[in-house]
Amino acid sequence: MDVPRTVFTKRNLVWLAVCLSIYFLVFFLRSYGILGNYHEITIAQICINIMLAVSLNLIVGFTGQFSLGHAGFMSIGAYATSLALRSRPDTIGFLIGITIGSVLALVVGVIIGIPTLRLRGDYLGIATLGMAEIIRVVFLNLKITNGAAGLMGTFRAANWTWLYLLTVMAVLAINNFVNSSHGRACISIREDETASEAMGVNTTAYKIIAFAFGAFFAGAAGGLYSSYFYFIKPDLFGFLKSIDMLVIVVLGGLGSITGTIISAILLSLLTTILQDFSSVRMIVYSVILVIIMLFRPQGLMGTVEISHVIDKFARKDKEDANTVS
Amino acid sequence: MPILSVENLSKSFGGLAAVSHVNMTLESQELVGLIGPNGAGKTTIFNLLTGVYTPTSGTITFAPNGEVYEIQGMRPHQIANLGIARTFQNIRLFKDMTVIDNVLISMHSQLSSSIASSLFRTSKFYNSEREMRKEALEYLSIFNLDKKPKVLAKNLPYGEQRHLEIVRALASKPSLILLDEPAAGMNQSETSHLSATIRRLKNEFGLTILLIEHDMSLVMELCERIYVLDYGMLISQGLPNEIKTDKRVIEAYLGEDAARDIETGGES
Repeated sequence: MDVPRTVFTKRNLVWLAVCLSIYFLVFFLRSYGILGNYHEITIAQICINIMLAVSLNLIVGFTGQFSLGHAGFMSIGAYATSLALRSRPDTIGFLIGITIGSVLALVVGVIIGIPTLRLRGDYLGIATLGMAEIIRVVFLNLKITNGAAGLMGTFRAANWTWLYLLTVMAVLAINNFVNSSHGRACISIREDETASEAMGVNTTAYKIIAFAFGAFFAGAAGGLYSSYFYFIKPDLFGFLKSIDMLVIVVLGGLGSITGTIISAILLSLLTTILQDFSSVRMIVYSVILVIIMLFRPQGLMGTVEISHVIDKFARKDKEDANTVS
Repeated sequence: MPILSVENLSKSFGGLAAVSHVNMTLESQELVGLIGPNGAGKTTIFNLLTGVYTPTSGTITFAPNGEVYEIQGMRPHQIANLGIARTFQNIRLFKDMTVIDNVLISMHSQLSSSIASSLFRTSKFYNSEREMRKEALEYLSIFNLDKKPKVLAKNLPYGEQRHLEIVRALASKPSLILLDEPAAGMNQSETSHLSATIRRLKNEFGLTILLIEHDMSLVMELCERIYVLDYGMLISQGLPNEIKTDKRVIEAYLGEDAARDIETGGES
């Protein structure tokens, strides 16, 4: 039950080292040409999917609010960034756009959350689905977003550094939120909303906070997407995109950030590999999903995090050491 | 001034009057029982007191430490934060959370640091987290649960789950605690342990307790005063000895015939 005194614990420093090594590893592999542009696209997809899925997991997995409208928030960030990059095609424009986009997604999340989060379960799913469709139709009909044709030729400001930095920041923020008293409050809503309220947790407020927080990072992921892939149109952010994210979350384990990251990586890789076999792609993809759900209905990780696993081993080591000495 | 006064409280669901015109008062640090046959409306009263239901009519006044609040129509979390805690008839723990996390939830609204300091892991965050854990372990030690803080709540034996629910209610620092059938499903020795603990809650923590219970020996032994509810109405109130011999109470529990039998010594 030890709580450290500062953030600079041995474990956190190790994590920092791991994060930095991954960054430099990819950076050097790229500069030596071992990883080509084709690989970088996959990596970008992985980063964006991790951001989307981890933020959705905060809403669905940790707080237990079934949302089918995450693509809506993503599109807000994507359009904001794209428009900002049109008027200012450089990194500053990118940062301004992604900030505005994420904050806008957060605001929309709060506005939509207040009426819809009274609903429970399937009803909430339908309501969030409807809201994402409204956002899509708005983009489809606005002049500034160029309707169904979408925005093309966006300046590519996002590179490996930005992709990685923002992904790590999103995961870190959500991890810190979940592993705090506020995160516990959210999890208690998932476990038993009535009991949670009776213990003094303002459940409405926390549902909205989780929803808005998730929307914020979905907006940021959308910003990365539009800036990396040049081109966005309303159709990219339809119902199926939300389902894609939900699949990653469910597959990784509702309530496990580690699981979400692993499944985001696996599914992104799978999609890339299967691209060469386009005729059977969806069949193989679906069969794999069915098989995993049959044999691991709780998802790859359930609610377990990698830190729990490390804890377990650390404790075991200590016990072993004690018995020897 | 009584800590809780309920005036003319009614609640109907459609045409069904689950609770009608109930008047109750609880003095500070009193241990009061609320009994009645199944379906009499006892748990509905708890749900009205804690804000789960809004009363159809009537007022509920809660007056902890000199302040006075009219709590009917307030949200459950507001009422909880004013100082009314409860346990549930069918245990409602956060099953997939650890024992200590269950307790930490109740301390959340008083002790937690801000969202910003949790995100940036400031020293304030670590301090409040350490404080909360320390306090939670102290509460858990009341029921000797401090040995297994990291066990998932669903993996505790039944009796300990009941205990954990009480600890969780206690951790929100209430002045009034509502216990909904705490002895349900417990064996003799567990029940006697429980009754000792309920006394401790009152004496050590200075709590006012309202107790719903079907175990009559426990109620008669513990409670200073008893309210009896039948079909949503108060049919009797008084000291345990008065209740035991009250004709209306016996009728409500056993039926009119049985009541007459008892009166006549079972001759008819």
